[in-house]
Amino acid sequence: MNPLPLVAVAGSPNAGKSALFNALTGARQKVGNYPGVTVERHSGRLTLADGRPVEMVDLPGAYSLDPASPDEAVTRDVLLGRQKGERTPDALVIVLDASNLDNHLRFALQLIELGLPTIIALNMVDLAKRDGLELDPKRLSGELGVPVIETVAVRRRGIKELQAAIDDMLSAPFCGVHKHVKSDLVHLQRRAREIASAAVVSETPVRRWTHRLDAVLLHPVIGPVILALIMFVMFQAVFAWSAAPMAWIGDAVAWVSAAVSNALPPGLLRSMIVDGAIAGVGAVITFLPQILILFFFILLLEGTGYMVRAAFLMDRLMHGVGLSGRAFIPLLSSFACAVPGIMATRTIDDPKDRLTTILVAPLMTCSARLPVYTLIIAAFIPDTRLAWGVGLQGLVMFGLYITGIAGALLAALVLRRGVLKGGGGGFMMELPKYQWPPLKDVLIGILTRAQIFLKRAGTIILGTTIILWALASIPQAGPGQKQSQVSIAGHIASGIETVVKPIGFNHDISLALLPAMAAREVAVSAIATVYSIDSPDEKAGATKLQDQLQHRWSLATALAFLAWFVFAPQCISTIAVTRRETNGWKWPLFMVTYLFALAYLAAGATYWIAVAAGLGGT
Amino acid sequence: MNAPFQPDTTSLDRLAVGTRARVCSIDWAALDEAEACRLRHFGFDEGVTVEPLHLGPFGRDPIAIRVGRMTVAIRRRHAGAVQVLPIQAQPIR
Repeated sequence: MNPLPLVAVAGSPNAGKSALFNALTGARQKVGNYPGVTVERHSGRLTLADGRPVEMVDLPGAYSLDPASPDEAVTRDVLLGRQKGERTPDALVIVLDASNLDNHLRFALQLIELGLPTIIALNMVDLAKRDGLELDPKRLSGELGVPVIETVAVRRRGIKELQAAIDDMLSAPFCGVHKHVKSDLVHLQRRAREIASAAVVSETPVRRWTHRLDAVLLHPVIGPVILALIMFVMFQAVFAWSAAPMAWIGDAVAWVSAAVSNALPPGLLRSMIVDGAIAGVGAVITFLPQILILFFFILLLEGTGYMVRAAFLMDRLMHGVGLSGRAFIPLLSSFACAVPGIMATRTIDDPKDRLTTILVAPLMTCSARLPVYTLIIAAFIPDTRLAWGVGLQGLVMFGLYITGIAGALLAALVLRRGVLKGGGGGFMMELPKYQWPPLKDVLIGILTRAQIFLKRAGTIILGTTIILWALASIPQAGPGQKQSQVSIAGHIASGIETVVKPIGFNHDISLALLPAMAAREVAVSAIATVYSIDSPDEKAGATKLQDQLQHRWSLATALAFLAWFVFAPQCISTIAVTRRETNGWKWPLFMVTYLFALAYLAAGATYWIAVAAGLGGT
Repeated sequence: MNAPFQPDTTSLDRLAVGTRARVCSIDWAALDEAEACRLRHFGFDEGVTVEPLHLGPFGRDPIAIRVGRMTVAIRRRHAGAVQVLPIQAQPIR
């Protein structure tokens, strides 16, 4: 069977390439990774008028065939037919921003030189008109020697005409030669300018919208204030909108787990499915609403063009610790969850900047730490008021957030001076025109994120939780024995205990730390389980648990436990996403090691100081 | 490449916001390969008109600059590698 014809969509960043790709292929997209690099491969299917299918691939945005980033290298390699995991395209659709022809034509000229059948989509003609720019597509087509179709991808205009042109292009016999002529970049740029000015019919200078908006949004005083406001609204939404769906998912998980419990006879199998698979995956997918809402905002900020402005405003501050302004949004997102935060680092061009951002992202206080913090603070920190509106409990919580941020900044500083020295320092970005992204494109983006997240929950997280369950359940305790002592996990906990005893942790905590690798908040349920197993007559409720903690833990231990969770990388999802984003085990292992080391030191220091201050008694 | 010294030239990082200028020379040697490549991608070239539009709120860094029809943000350090000759102010409607 002949493979489907492969048409690549190429263009410079901000040409509206992805919108055009979405308009051509609709929501049926596949997102994968090019082998060996962390560059996403977006592919989809276009059905021609006579029903013939065509495979479309959306190449990463590039300014030229001389790459300045890993994304651009993939684009070049695909186009030259030397990218692993990709066929050489049969034809090309080049997307150009009509109002930025003098720049975008340079890449187009390079691509046309390749000799593949090519169509130009002259995109965003509406914005060009708004800027007072009148173009002659026929003249442009004549100069370039390839068909030119006017499109407005975000409004789905000109898409039918473009499909017809693709049809014509694929139907015509192709007898050209695929080659790579390497023209000088400067020469191409000058030629691009000539063609661009030839294609301009008329130009009326008008005050541009983008310019007016930037005067406010990039204002040295008003700009940062608006950024803070937008971030505030975003976080309010992430927590407020997600409360209800998170509760529904929690209920659904509980319902499924009850239904399975009733359907299966008690025993190892039921325990594995209910306590292992359902409980473990359930704990993780509860965060899906937060992740999706966060991505909604990220995609919206990205699509409107504001994201780059936020990076512009924050660059100097981030630069101070060796990061780039681009790291701001990923790090901020990590306050909800490090997984979307780390996934969002793909917008950072420089590999070392990106890696540093990934490595410090887990230090931002994510929402999974909140159940742990809330429980311990409620149990051990007295609810006293220090000043009007300032309570001691709130202050401790605030302190934990600040410690995380300070830790992240310090870690970035050290990493950039040490293992990730050199390179970077670059912040070179195009500030695209503001525009309103079509809701459909945002939804497609959210859907693909949800798929990636759920796939991981269904594979690696499921696998790990089953292993953790097995460790905690085998061998089964005989009469008069405690499951928490007999099981393999119990023995491992005893092993862990010898290591963590110096920092004030007891056997219960050691045992809870193991399942908490799946997700931090599991520590709470794990501690609750240990206590309910050890004293079966007591019912372990949240308030009960607080009382029990007060009796069993000293204040010094509790504070050390809080300090531990500020740093400890106890989240399988984060480790898994780091592996995926860095393409190997080296960096996730490095991350886990340095974060555990920090956690140990922080918890230890806290414990020793607290004991010295006389807080070591229960 | 060393451009002949011209008394009125200045570097792009010293150009006041809103002042249009023509690029006379770029010290490519002061930039690393990727940075130089990116600047070329943005269309920085001798003879091109540039105009600083905005400065970052902290330390007046980075700088948003109009190059041709594009607006790009680069750090002050990189702008320092670009020598420009200011153009006499022309009123824009």
